Amino acid sequence: MTTPVVAVDDVSVVLSGRPVVRRVGLRVLSGEFVTLLGANGSGKSTLIRTMVGLLPAASGSIELFGTPQQQFRDWRRVGYVPQRSTAQSGVPATVSEVVTTGRLSHHRFAGWPNRSDRTAVAEALEIVRLADRGRDSVAQLSGGQQQRVMIARALAAHPDLLVLDEPTAGVDQASQAVLAEVFADLVDRGTTILLVAHELGPLTPLVDRSIVLRDGRIVFEGDAEQAVLDLGLGVHHHHDGPTSSRVPLTDEAAWGHDRA
Amino acid sequence: MLDLWQYEFMQRALIAAICTGLAAPAIGTYLVQRRLALLGDGIGHVALTGVAVGLLTGWAPLTSAVILAAAGAIGIELLRAYGKTSGDVALALMFYGGIAGGVFLTAQAGESAATLNTYLFGSITTLSPGDLRDVAILSALVVAVAVGLAPQLFAICQDEDQSRVSGVPARMYGVLIAGLAAITVTVSMRTVGLLLASALMVVPVATAQQLSRSFRTTFVLATLLGVVASIAGVAVSFEAATPPGPTIVLLALAGFVVTAPVGALLAWRRTRSAPFETAESTEHDLAEQHPHEHGPGCGHPAVQHSDHLDYVHDGHRHAPHGQHYDEH
Repeated sequence: MTTPVVAVDDVSVVLSGRPVVRRVGLRVLSGEFVTLLGANGSGKSTLIRTMVGLLPAASGSIELFGTPQQQFRDWRRVGYVPQRSTAQSGVPATVSEVVTTGRLSHHRFAGWPNRSDRTAVAEALEIVRLADRGRDSVAQLSGGQQQRVMIARALAAHPDLLVLDEPTAGVDQASQAVLAEVFADLVDRGTTILLVAHELGPLTPLVDRSIVLRDGRIVFEGDAEQAVLDLGLGVHHHHDGPTSSRVPLTDEAAWGHDRA
Repeated sequence: MLDLWQYEFMQRALIAAICTGLAAPAIGTYLVQRRLALLGDGIGHVALTGVAVGLLTGWAPLTSAVILAAAGAIGIELLRAYGKTSGDVALALMFYGGIAGGVFLTAQAGESAATLNTYLFGSITTLSPGDLRDVAILSALVVAVAVGLAPQLFAICQDEDQSRVSGVPARMYGVLIAGLAAITVTVSMRTVGLLLASALMVVPVATAQQLSRSFRTTFVLATLLGVVASIAGVAVSFEAATPPGPTIVLLALAGFVVTAPVGALLAWRRTRSAPFETAESTEHDLAEQHPHEHGPGCGHPAVQHSDHLDYVHDGHRHAPHGQHYDEH
């Protein structure tokens, strides 16, 4: 049996004295596209922030590529896209400058970009279909394009595992369609993807497996569309036409609880 | 104007002005990027207590100010990174404690408010050769780190979480930025003074970002503007007999006022020339069949949507298109 890319066993996470993730276990295998679904406050974001080492686990064990996460140092194998609505900061920066920061895991000390960094940045921008925007300021881009900049930044390190925290939140439909194409490319390349989302929209056909969290516990694991049917979630009123495969997880009321 | 260089004290003043004019915007760019523009002010207040400690104990005020300012800045950074205290409250505590402690201890040392003023607003023309050496060494250190570690510092200021996951020791670099900011403020206390040091860290950056699209250009332009404002400020204050520190800061602000309309114009032109995303306009979602015909007074609120009217319908919008309605 091959080593799972991510192995989470019996993990609990406590934030300010409140249990947010409760005894969760999951596996992500090489080449899989797994999504973590759930309402706001279900603990999905906290769980992946713990997986990548941004938050401490209260108990349980996490392994990345077969190495206990505490000892894991090969961070260039992990591309992380945090939950952010914008790639901007307090000072202007170009798309290339932002994407280049993703290459730092390939540098030991001084991180001044070399030729292979520039090649990797150009390739990453090609993948997210922003090859001609490298010299533009990120502030000029739409929200969906800025999400793609953050994905390119993660891809620039040539990761084996891509972890994304709600990259589709607040992104217009046209950009979601482009994101779906980007993910299809990545799946073809054999990249392992773990994606946190509210709703899958056009991504649904690409997903191998969905894990649904509620109140910090896994309540469903399996086929993405089945996740919705089995849980009997309220059908979202929308008019996308008969071919639509939108998964209606945005409706807070259907989940009956919130972070508050 | 040429008389300026004949006096040794003016030579020292100009060199010190160039040093701080370079160092302050260099580290200031990172503070503005992290949205911590006011950190320099907090540091300045704490450094005042440091100066007073120096006056009270007989140590060199620069030394005690650097130590206290660095401790304060690193404390704020750690509170921000680990603590539950919100950044602005922590900053506020630092402001009040620093200024009250400074004035209190200065009085204990039997010094007058006039002594304090030379630190609060600078006394660039009274620098000794020893002072100048300290200013030059510390400024060089700040600029060397701000430029040499630019890729890492830019990355952690851009996105701390992402750089941590890339294996960059982001918290260590955060502390480094705070420490460098503390050094910069204390170095600037002799030129523009503690209360205005932060202005030299922030104003040239604010001016530079009106005109630039990239971090690199902003950084270079900000340091350039810092140096120009500092040299011009010293020269003007010599000619017009104005206080040097405030003159430098007012000139830097004048630069901002002049470039702000240019920046607004550039931003306007960029949005105008930005190509429309064609993918978005090809979206053509057909609304469900419904017998109702939208029109003026049909009961559904009408909203202007670029060149046509949309009718609000059960929480979404219908736009008349030929014989059917589109979802907008």
